Amino acid sequence: MRYLPLETADRQAMLSKIGAPDIDALFGDVPEEARLDGPIRDLPNHASEMAVDAAFRQMARKNSAAADMPFFLGCGAYRHHVPASVDHLIQRGEFLTAYTPYQPEIAQGTLQMLFEFQTQVARLFGTDVANASMYDGSTACWEAIVMARRITKRGRAILSSGLHPHYVSVAKTMARFTKDEIVHSAPELAASGDSADLLDRIDDETSCVVVQYPDILGRIGDMSELAAKAHAHKALLIAVVTEPVALGALVPPGEMGADIVVGEGQSIGVGLNFGGPYVGLFGCSQKYVRQMPGRLCGETQDVEGKRGYVLTLSTREQHIRREKATSNICTNSGLCALAFSIHMTLLGERGLRELATLNHAKAARAADRLARIPGVDIVNESFFNEFTLRLPQRARRIVRKLADDRILAGVSLNRLYPDEAALANGLVVAVTETTSDADVEALARGLEAVLESAREGEPA
Amino acid sequence: MSMNNQGRPTRPLEAEGAADTFTGNRALMLEEPLIFEIGAADRTGVDLDAAPEAETRLGGLERNRPIGLAGLSEPETVRHYTRLSRMNYAIDLGLFPLGSCTMKHNPRLNERVARMKGFADIHPLQPIDSVQGALEVIHELGEWLCKLTGMPAVAMSPKAGAHGELCGILAIRSALEARGDAREVILVPESAHGTNPATAAFAGYRVEDIPATPEGRVDLAALEERLGPDVAGVMITNPNTCGLFEPDMKRISEAVHAAGGLVYCDGANFNAIVGRVRPGDLGVDAMHINLHKTFSTPHGGGGPGSGPVVFSEALAPFAPLPFVEKQGDHYVLIEEETAEDHHESSFGRMVAFHGQMGMFTRALAYMMSHGADGLKQVAEDAVLNANYVLRNLEDVLDAPFAASGPCMHEALFSDKGFADGFSTLDLAKALIDEGYHPMTMYFPLVVHGAMLVEPTETESKAALDEFIGALRSVVERAKAGDESLHAAPFHAPRRRLDETGAARKPVLVWTEPETAEAAE
Repeated sequence: MRYLPLETADRQAMLSKIGAPDIDALFGDVPEEARLDGPIRDLPNHASEMAVDAAFRQMARKNSAAADMPFFLGCGAYRHHVPASVDHLIQRGEFLTAYTPYQPEIAQGTLQMLFEFQTQVARLFGTDVANASMYDGSTACWEAIVMARRITKRGRAILSSGLHPHYVSVAKTMARFTKDEIVHSAPELAASGDSADLLDRIDDETSCVVVQYPDILGRIGDMSELAAKAHAHKALLIAVVTEPVALGALVPPGEMGADIVVGEGQSIGVGLNFGGPYVGLFGCSQKYVRQMPGRLCGETQDVEGKRGYVLTLSTREQHIRREKATSNICTNSGLCALAFSIHMTLLGERGLRELATLNHAKAARAADRLARIPGVDIVNESFFNEFTLRLPQRARRIVRKLADDRILAGVSLNRLYPDEAALANGLVVAVTETTSDADVEALARGLEAVLESAREGEPA
Repeated sequence: MSMNNQGRPTRPLEAEGAADTFTGNRALMLEEPLIFEIGAADRTGVDLDAAPEAETRLGGLERNRPIGLAGLSEPETVRHYTRLSRMNYAIDLGLFPLGSCTMKHNPRLNERVARMKGFADIHPLQPIDSVQGALEVIHELGEWLCKLTGMPAVAMSPKAGAHGELCGILAIRSALEARGDAREVILVPESAHGTNPATAAFAGYRVEDIPATPEGRVDLAALEERLGPDVAGVMITNPNTCGLFEPDMKRISEAVHAAGGLVYCDGANFNAIVGRVRPGDLGVDAMHINLHKTFSTPHGGGGPGSGPVVFSEALAPFAPLPFVEKQGDHYVLIEEETAEDHHESSFGRMVAFHGQMGMFTRALAYMMSHGADGLKQVAEDAVLNANYVLRNLEDVLDAPFAASGPCMHEALFSDKGFADGFSTLDLAKALIDEGYHPMTMYFPLVVHGAMLVEPTETESKAALDEFIGALRSVVERAKAGDESLHAAPFHAPRRRLDETGAARKPVLVWTEPETAEAAE
């Protein structure tokens, strides 16, 4: 119990100051029948640091870490190299163990960092402003849909088939309770996305069109036309970015007319962490700033005229407006935003562009190599660092077989779309700066071997 | 040199004869420009391999304009963020007495385990066989939460406390709808957390307040009177935001259930009762647990949080996806609603992937370190420390509910008795000069000029005595009408900031200042 500084003598002295005979007297409001007399059953007593450390090492060993094998998974979470100084700096106690900056005079470190983060995100997205982060990309996406409803006073959101299926699930789940209408269909294994279908669907009932860039299969589409049609019907265009490194190489959504751009910031500064904690990014046009959810940091000055930063526009927040709040968000991913911001500062304009170029070139070469395997097609016409293979048999089975050989081959579309038989042979492969030529060769050979043995009559 | 009541030297509020410095720095208190002012587009702190030759396949959407980012070299980056960090108060620096927010020591062992590559470097969509240890952590943590709360089921995916509240309310709504019961109203007592009404409204409910009694607890009679066929449930915070246990909790649950509703308990203050009371024994149907509060995962300047939700038998079938199940020695991840595994009643997915793994490892490490015996001691010491603060200050500060008996983990005071014109805000800002983060101010709303102090169990008696001395001294100054309080803080990196101006004309991103030539 090394985290508790009180000793028995302290406790006695304090009880006597309070005027309580024993500790039970302080729990006197708890009704008799609700009190636990003995220890909680089936839970062990305290353990030493050494014992806990050993127990976690043992559990950690049961997992296959990305760094230990050729690794090609993406679909909303990406393996990138995070510079050592990022993790060092976020572990400084003054960042790690600080609270929400409610007392700005002694929270300028967090606040200035958030102001810098907001500027970085807005510039990356090509939007006027950005907030101080959300839980993750999927919740940011739903909040954007809700924001579009507030602005347009309409409740029909049209989601592209190329939107991450988990993001779609979150929206569908929430929409059941809020009575929003979600229009969506599953993607097809085709070279380009569904812009033409989306253009047809936009009408005067539409609140927003939600498009992922690049999309779940890795395809990249120009959204200018969608923006124009949406605006002609007084609807909004929402762009979703799950791989922000891509924006080092691509025209940002804001420049193509997106009104709201949301994203998952995990790629920059934050590790894979089995899905969380991640950092939701959220930017929008200046005219909608008061409808934007989440925390915001704003510049101001103190009584001596010195520049400083505060949390601002919090009248939109739930703890102040109670039932009138514009969203359910009560926190942000401050520490992950810090990691993002530090990594972005280390990269700078030049580093991010070079990183993006490197990712794309490696992915293009990997696609060329994999396309040479008999029976394997590359679905995409365009991609950044992630593309989709059409395999001659179910991808999920191949992924499992290759995992046995210590190759993590990618994400089978069957894992993401278990009900879509037409997608069962699709495998999404991501390649980043961490992927070596030897990794690509190992994947190619592994795929060749599995497909070869299947052709020789091994049951599929 | 003058001394404070702990025998430590004090310094005068305004240093005599100090000249302004050339840099604006004051010794170790340093001014730091923005990265956009000191960095440059072509400067970088990373070394990347040259890109191999390859054909571009960006679909004709190559970026053709600068992004507008500024880079710094690695040494400059380290210095920038280290300098910024020094402008922050944090629990590592001293007592952080925010009531209702619970800032306790963050053990570094937890940081170490969360960073083991077997947890930090695994992808959420890896084959299930390759992440058995991670699923084991999630399952094990869920088991601890169920046993500590006396509840049979848990949802791990909610990303924060408020997200957990939403999860609980959506489960309640789903359960009621499944029995064809479309109720419209959620009752929220005044003593509940401010987030509760927003959550209920967000889930499509109409919110009605239930008043607090003069003793700071739920008005049971008012609640019972309001119950009826249109009430879906109540959201109750226990221990409540006045720092008090709701002794009628079981009766409240029985009354709500008898009227056909369900009970949500906000478990943000679970740290006060862990190991001593199981909410499941009180008839609660759903409760979120803020892992950062009770189980010490760091707050990181505003997050990430993590808010798993425990459920009663009645709500368990409606829990969100995904969840982990143990089948023999094997862990499986249920990601889809399918009839054959009987999960078709789940209300769906709240978030991509499986929740805050990095928080799960930290929280489980904390639980194992404390064990069942230590967690009980956590609650006892947290309550002891809060009552010690209450009893040591009630002669100088109005404690509106002190007569109600002991408080739980936090002590509530009001601004009654201050000289005219002196506010809780003045007191809080003066505490900053004393080297403390202020307590929670103006919350809960049921008390005028509220000050909510939560010391937590990780403070020593000596640390409490020093804090009590500091708070007592600023209270005495407020009562004596010391006008300088209005201008505090004097010694922080910034003096009082203009928050009204910031909201009136929000400046949310940095923009290039106009150059002299451009202005001409």
